[in-house]
Amino acid sequence: MTKFSIVSIARNALTHHENWPRQWRNPDPKPSYDVVIVGGGGHGLGTAYYLAKEHGVSNVAVLEKNWLGGGNTGRNTTIVRSNYLWDESAHLYEHSLKLWEKLSQDLNFNVMFSQRGVINLAHNLQDVRASRRRLYANRLNGIDAEWLEPEQVKAFCPILNVSPDARYPVLGATLQRRAGVARHDAVAWGYARAADARGVDIIQGCEVTGIMREGNRVTGVDTTRGVIKTRKAAIVVAGDTSVLAGMAGLRLPIQSHPLQALVSDSIKPVLHTVVMSGAVHVYVSQSDKGELVIGSGIDALTAYGQRGSFHLIEGQMAALKELFPIFSRMRMMRAWAGTVDTCPDASPIVSKTPIDGFYINGGWGTGGFKSTPGSAWCFAHTIARDEPHPLNAPFSLDRFVSGRLIDEHGAAAVAH
Amino acid sequence: MLLIECPYCGRRPEIEFHHGGEAHIARPEDPDALSDEAWANYLYMRANTKGWRHERWMHAAGCRRWFNAIRHTVSNEILVTYEMGTETPPLPTVGD
Ligand SMILES: Cc1cc2nc3c(=O)[nH]c(=O)nc-3n(C[C@H](O)[C@H](O)[C@H](O)COP(=O)(O)OP(=O)(O)OC[C@H]3O[C@@H](n4cnc5c(N)ncnc54)[C@H](O)[C@@H]3O)c2cc1C
Ligand SMILES: [Zn+2]
Repeated sequence: MTKFSIVSIARNALTHHENWPRQWRNPDPKPSYDVVIVGGGGHGLGTAYYLAKEHGVSNVAVLEKNWLGGGNTGRNTTIVRSNYLWDESAHLYEHSLKLWEKLSQDLNFNVMFSQRGVINLAHNLQDVRASRRRLYANRLNGIDAEWLEPEQVKAFCPILNVSPDARYPVLGATLQRRAGVARHDAVAWGYARAADARGVDIIQGCEVTGIMREGNRVTGVDTTRGVIKTRKAAIVVAGDTSVLAGMAGLRLPIQSHPLQALVSDSIKPVLHTVVMSGAVHVYVSQSDKGELVIGSGIDALTAYGQRGSFHLIEGQMAALKELFPIFSRMRMMRAWAGTVDTCPDASPIVSKTPIDGFYINGGWGTGGFKSTPGSAWCFAHTIARDEPHPLNAPFSLDRFVSGRLIDEHGAAAVAH
Repeated sequence: MLLIECPYCGRRPEIEFHHGGEAHIARPEDPDALSDEAWANYLYMRANTKGWRHERWMHAAGCRRWFNAIRHTVSNEILVTYEMGTETPPLPTVGD
């Protein structure tokens, strides 16, 4: 692996950047691996990286049916924060945020993590109470959280309309300053490059079509490029989690929905933070290229078509215009959707399963990008040791039987 | 936006409807006898089929009645809608 540094950039500048080597290999699948990871999104690639780095397990394949980061990793609105309500979630997302803070250095790859702050708006008394409750819970967990009164919101984000006459007046907001955004493709590429350098085989264009079992034990996976033997198969296939679990005969408490986003034309910098509103359902930030990146809620129906409905865009745009009158004449450039797999408690499943050697990481719903490093780190531990790390133990599949749900619908902030 | 045929009111835009998830889930007959696993199964485990599936809809901004549908979750095509309590049409076989 070439190390990126000021010297390597200068050297390659001399040859017009035409001689950079490939950043990861493109191997054919071997007949067997110690661990097979299904899904080459950020979580899957990250899991492979931490398996190799933290646990010395490098005889690993990541199988991706399309191309790296072509799933939800490359489709999200890139918001990273850790201000979740319950202790279980707060610890997991905060662990992730700490890894984000060092990720570019760790991977020697610039993931463009930008701690520009995230504000969550409150529009009615109930919002205010719920937000402040979450804020105090965050502080008890050592997570930075501030409350802004409307005039402080205005000072922090001057283009926001905080007029009391607004249809959804801004009664205040929580602010997490360490939160922000990251470059989503870079996360997939950075992990791919670093995992490959540690010997992980990353195999694109390889769809898993079956999970093979002998008795209660995984023995391999069936793919469009032949059978690959393994005693540990881990699925990290956001959106398709039920489909893959179904191949192993497992039913899950998951429903898959479209979630869409859109971007505007590029404009000069006007928005230096991330603004989210769960109540009117829009969240927006400005990319380093200048586009507004805008997200909203999920489509109510379950669907796998990676296509959202227009009426959601309409609602999302109405909310955006209400909050930011300055954007009323913006042109939207393109829209797209991903498929998100949602759990009844709006929390993920990072877990062993009743089948030996079969592991699930999914159900992140609308909010799994922020957790990419933390999720991958815990999942690698779960696979390597065959037991969950204390951070992901509460997110086990058996919580639906024990009743220990982790209800994060409020903090998830996106309707699902 | 989908156009959905309410069996009572006819074809209306999707925004008039409320999606109700998987159809034909039977309530447990003897709740007291249920194990925790069986409860979890009844409460939380749902078919999340990639393809044709039976599901429920409610005509929220119309007659407010529940009915069932067979819809393809990739193409969104709705094959048929039918009243609650009537015979359940079979799902098309794979490839249809
Ligand atoms: C529009 C949108 C906005 C979002 N905004 C945010 C946000 O602002 N902040 C946030 O934290 N989260 C956000 N999310 C959620 C976040 O994107 C996801 O939770 C996260 O990216 C999931 O990562 P992953 O690696 O698990 O999945 P993915 O990146 O989807 O990777 C899964 C991979 O598995 C592959 N796969 C599927 N089936 C198979 C098979 N049979 N064989 C081989 N490979 C297979 C897929 O092709 C895919 O590449 C958003 C999601 C969407 C759709
Ligand atoms: Zn009707």
